[in-house]
Amino acid sequence: MLVIKDLHVSVVGKEILKGLNLTILAGEVHAIMGPNGAGKSTLANVIAGRGGYEITSGSVTYKNKDLLAMLPEERAWAGVFLAFQYPVEIPGVNNTYLLKAGVNAKRKQQDLDALDAIDFMKIVKEKAKLVELDPSFLSRSVNEGFSGGEKKRNEIFQMAVLEPSLALLDETDSGLDIDALRVVAKGVNKLRGEDRAIMMVTHYQRLLDYIEPDFVHVLANGKILKTGDKSLALELEERGYDWVKAEALGSEKSV
Amino acid sequence: MATNEQIQKQLAGQEYEAGFVTDIESETLPPGLNEDTIRHISSIKGEPDWMLDWRLAAYRHWLTMEEPTWAAVDYTPTDYQSISYYSAPKSKGDGPGSLDEVDPKLLETYEKLGIPLREQEFLAGVTNIAVDAVFDSVSVATTFKSKLTEAGVIFCPISEAIREHPELVKKYLGTVVPQQDNFFAALNCAVFTDGSFVYIPKGVRCPMELSTYFRINALNTGQFERTLIIADEGAYVSYLEGCTAPMRDENQLHAAVVELVLLDDAEIKYATVQNWYPGDENGVGGIYNFVTKRAECRGARSKVSWTQVETGSAITWKYPSCILKGDDSVGKFYSVAVTTHCQQADTGTKMIHLGKNTKSTIISKGISAGRAQQSYRGLVRMAKTAENARNYTQCDSLLLGDACAAHTFPYVEVKNSTASLEHEATTSKIGEDQLFYCQQRGLSEEDAVNMIVNGFCKDVFDVLPMEFAVEANRLIEISLEGSVG
Repeated sequence: MLVIKDLHVSVVGKEILKGLNLTILAGEVHAIMGPNGAGKSTLANVIAGRGGYEITSGSVTYKNKDLLAMLPEERAWAGVFLAFQYPVEIPGVNNTYLLKAGVNAKRKQQDLDALDAIDFMKIVKEKAKLVELDPSFLSRSVNEGFSGGEKKRNEIFQMAVLEPSLALLDETDSGLDIDALRVVAKGVNKLRGEDRAIMMVTHYQRLLDYIEPDFVHVLANGKILKTGDKSLALELEERGYDWVKAEALGSEKSV
Repeated sequence: MATNEQIQKQLAGQEYEAGFVTDIESETLPPGLNEDTIRHISSIKGEPDWMLDWRLAAYRHWLTMEEPTWAAVDYTPTDYQSISYYSAPKSKGDGPGSLDEVDPKLLETYEKLGIPLREQEFLAGVTNIAVDAVFDSVSVATTFKSKLTEAGVIFCPISEAIREHPELVKKYLGTVVPQQDNFFAALNCAVFTDGSFVYIPKGVRCPMELSTYFRINALNTGQFERTLIIADEGAYVSYLEGCTAPMRDENQLHAAVVELVLLDDAEIKYATVQNWYPGDENGVGGIYNFVTKRAECRGARSKVSWTQVETGSAITWKYPSCILKGDDSVGKFYSVAVTTHCQQADTGTKMIHLGKNTKSTIISKGISAGRAQQSYRGLVRMAKTAENARNYTQCDSLLLGDACAAHTFPYVEVKNSTASLEHEATTSKIGEDQLFYCQQRGLSEEDAVNMIVNGFCKDVFDVLPMEFAVEANRLIEISLEGSVG
């Protein structure tokens, strides 16, 4: 589904990703872990098409298409969804209205008729229930006055409505209490399926207790330094990241 | 990804939809201003002597005045001798007796603007709105007259009111905005050519929305309209004015005066959708809009609101104001002003609290793009007599791009210790992160801009009359390019 080859990305002249390789197949859940400033959020943002990043070399292929050549909205239409680390407030814009515009823009690309208000509300209510989102949030302005946890829950709610093929979760678990985490995990697990893939960026092993990953990657120094299964996350929790870096350095030297 | 440059380009691509010129035979006075010009205008209008004397007094005072320079706008001063002060589509007499006498080209013009003047077209619709259409210097058609007359409402061109209802005009004209008020108001008093007159008698709720559409068509002509609305005790009226002009390389002057008088328990809602030609992207052409609008809540418990959506004019100098004289009277000002390219706007409001328990609300939303300069200038004055007066002010500015600017000049004068004021002001840039968020959810960049801007304006759109909220929405979309899906 997603193939990243030798990706180099700079922000204002500073290289953040330095030759990153990653392949995510349909049906898989990948966790990206790593120390602060390693480029985890950069990776998620570059896949979603955020501006401000300079891609100096490498390629990102999504469903056999050159993802880097697509506009952010084209990526969204093709099924890429980013659950933001810091969801932005948009005063005066109704939460449901934005979502409906997004859903119908995507349907238009697929030559489907726009959903009318009644059909759309049916879906929205069902999904809101899934992530235990208070219905009052549907009629409020996008993220305005939401608490940190409510914003994250709103992201997962939007994901549930948009049903993406590739969901990128950027530290969706940060700032969540255990109940909220459980609810968010429920929403994500519901989305899991043979033709979908999930990439979650996280600092904590805790999330992986709720959403079991197929692969855990350590992103440090702008590269994937180590890949393992769920047990790697437990090891990282115990030992930190330095040993991975040292190990990688050693193997580089021996080459 | 959206860059400011792209947004700029998008905005530069905007089209002024009302920019066509109507090729119509007109009678136009040669440029120039002196007492003879004023006598000429007065005689064309068939005015009584008292009216001419009033005009001349204003003109003589105007000669002693200087054009104000305190506003944060920069323009080449107008040469008042190079403007023609009267232009009228050729027709029998002053105003046409019925729509059949109106030049079909004129009707077409209004149809192009989406303002049908034939009443049956309104009757086919859900709502009915009575319209007075002013083309250059004269009113060309007023619809629904008979239905309004039944209710006792007078809605006619002001030139007609001067002839037919002199007692009302004499009693109220110039009592809210006096002849000497300011440079542009004095000029208007001297040379105003038409405009609308509304009188709602005691206890009458006007049975329909009233509306005036102003169109400047002729070249090198100034438009000086004058509107006078009187809501007698317990009366209610909702009124909308709309304005457009063709695209021309020259600047054209618009100096209007609007006076609203409210007696006890009266209510006036006055909404403006102003879309005068703003000039091209290099700042060539466009309307100079120097307007004095003022409401006086003379009676107790009277309520007035100014709601304006402004996207046009090269220069805007406009401060719709409320004098809250009656006890418990209420004044409201809701404004959305959009400036793009080289437009400059210095606009705001004045709330003068004189009576006890008077309340005022100011919600001002400014949107700037391109190289536009926009200033909010507002005064809240609580007089000694204004026991328990209240004011709430909120000024928000939204910037699109890096080359535009927003300024806020709030003036506050409080002479009564029981008064309370609140002021909130924000300036924000349309965030790249807001745009990206919307795009990530599947909106195109253009739709995202429109959605964010409309959200920003929501507080004001919510108080526009239903019939016009759609129009306002549309206008802002055109100004900021494209449409919301």
